[in-house]
Amino acid sequence: MAGSVTGKAMRQMYGETLVELGKKHTNLVVLDADVSGSTRSCVFAEAFPDRFYNVGIAEMNMAAMAAGLSTTGLVPFINTFACFAVLRCADPIRSLIAYTNLNVKVVGAYCGLSDSFDGASHHATMDINFFRAMPNFLVLSPSDGPEAALATEAAFRHEGPVYLRMHRNELPLTSDYEKNKFELGKGVVLRDGKDVTLIATGLMVHLALAAADTLASQGTSARVVNIHTIKPIDRDLIVKCASETKGIVVAEEHSITGGLGSAVAEVLAANKPAPVAFVGVENTFTETGDYESLLTKYGLTAGNIVEKAKKIVK
Amino acid sequence: MPLKEDRKAQLRGLCARFRNTLIDILYKAQSGHPGGSLSATEIITTLYFEKMKIDPKNPKWEDRDRFILGKGHGAPMLYINLAEKGYFPAEDLQRLRQFGCHLQGHPCAKDTPGVELSTGPLGLGLGAGAGMALGAKAQKKDFYTYVLMGDGEIQEGVIWEAAMSASKFRLDNLIGILDYNGVQLDGTVDQIMPLGDVKAKWEAFGWKTIEVDGHDVGAISEAIDTAKTIKGSPVIIIAKTVKGKGVSFMEGKNGWHGKAIGPDDYKAAKAELAGGK
Repeated sequence: MAGSVTGKAMRQMYGETLVELGKKHTNLVVLDADVSGSTRSCVFAEAFPDRFYNVGIAEMNMAAMAAGLSTTGLVPFINTFACFAVLRCADPIRSLIAYTNLNVKVVGAYCGLSDSFDGASHHATMDINFFRAMPNFLVLSPSDGPEAALATEAAFRHEGPVYLRMHRNELPLTSDYEKNKFELGKGVVLRDGKDVTLIATGLMVHLALAAADTLASQGTSARVVNIHTIKPIDRDLIVKCASETKGIVVAEEHSITGGLGSAVAEVLAANKPAPVAFVGVENTFTETGDYESLLTKYGLTAGNIVEKAKKIVK
Repeated sequence: MPLKEDRKAQLRGLCARFRNTLIDILYKAQSGHPGGSLSATEIITTLYFEKMKIDPKNPKWEDRDRFILGKGHGAPMLYINLAEKGYFPAEDLQRLRQFGCHLQGHPCAKDTPGVELSTGPLGLGLGAGAGMALGAKAQKKDFYTYVLMGDGEIQEGVIWEAAMSASKFRLDNLIGILDYNGVQLDGTVDQIMPLGDVKAKWEAFGWKTIEVDGHDVGAISEAIDTAKTIKGSPVIIIAKTVKGKGVSFMEGKNGWHGKAIGPDDYKAAKAELAGGK
């Protein structure tokens, strides 16, 4: 993988950020459904045992309890694997949290295929689409450890429900966060280009940067945009990219049905029709295996981004 | 403390009047759920008019007691109580379930003052109530959270996740109330999915139980007093009720769970309830 590595996985940065926030804000509470070692909510549990609630293997009830907690003025972060955050928590997320616009933060760990060896049952490729369809929810999808920390803080500061998508692994740094400030709802142009735009989120951001390198070596100038806030989507930036380049490739570690690609396509259809191609998991189940093999098989590669970009510029 | 006779008579009078209003507004709406609203009348009314520490002028007062209608389809009886308390104008009741009215088919906490939690999909109220009770403990507040559940509702698995949690976190500020009317939408609870020994089930999950006649305002009031004396564990009041209580042709009939009231049935129900204006 390209780029330097932070030395800390996104989830570890998340856990440590919770502790930092917890020191300043006594209304922050954290819930987990028996996977705190994996989600790294255990870091908070150790620092603030009285403000950490392990509810056992009962994700649906965790989300319902968080709804209740939030009505008393506390700000709950609930933690489980991203696949369960959707599939097990769906009803209370819709019926209690989204419906009443409650100040609950849902954190989905091990997003995409990042829990590779546990297989399709534990892969999360249907979470972005679900949370996009939940009124009132923000959807955040950071691309590396430092951005995860910034997204966590932004999620806390936002008054309202937020879904925060967390990767399992260490990921290469994608940005200089001194230069590129993290602002909710704003995409970040990581690299300018005039021929084609590569819009990516999460894991796919550093792969889009690698794809831009390859394209540059072949004479194609690719702009790279990191979308850390999938909802609300940065409409203006997408329209600008569609106006200034020949088309857009959208890359995400998620189903191509209803994810970031769909969000971008919706913006283009309504504002600035332009060629668009999708890199993501097709409408299929994945499988067990080492991460690199899975990413290759399911098309989540810099090479695939390059191929789709070339078709747009040719 | 036992209620005085005249206080009990006042509460019974309110219940009679509320049943009358219920039939009126459901007839007007031509949809909604009479059976489970009638079975819960004394429970909800005793809470709002006798037991709960609330301030209708300040619905978001942070130290208020909370009431959650887990069985959200009982919304009309909740709305009638809230209107009588002054959370919103009584005339709103006439537009129950109508386009543009805040009184949604099932309670919406965002739209309706006094509604603490949006409910309707069954089973979520207890967990949310546990969250409220836990929030009270965490912030050293002394309010109580009441969650009214239907007996059909406790067939939902998430109820028992919540029951375990309330027990683990020793939520003695959480009081569950079971509207045990024995009837659900498709038939009797025994036919559809028998609950077995309900008392033993809750006790097995670490709850204390109190059994009571759910149409006896004095008994409900005393059961709540007793529940508040129990420390270290949550309490459920198992209130034996009759679905459709007060309108004889609706009593015990699953067909009246959520049926629109026709003109003849309306007249018959009103004649039967004529005592309570």
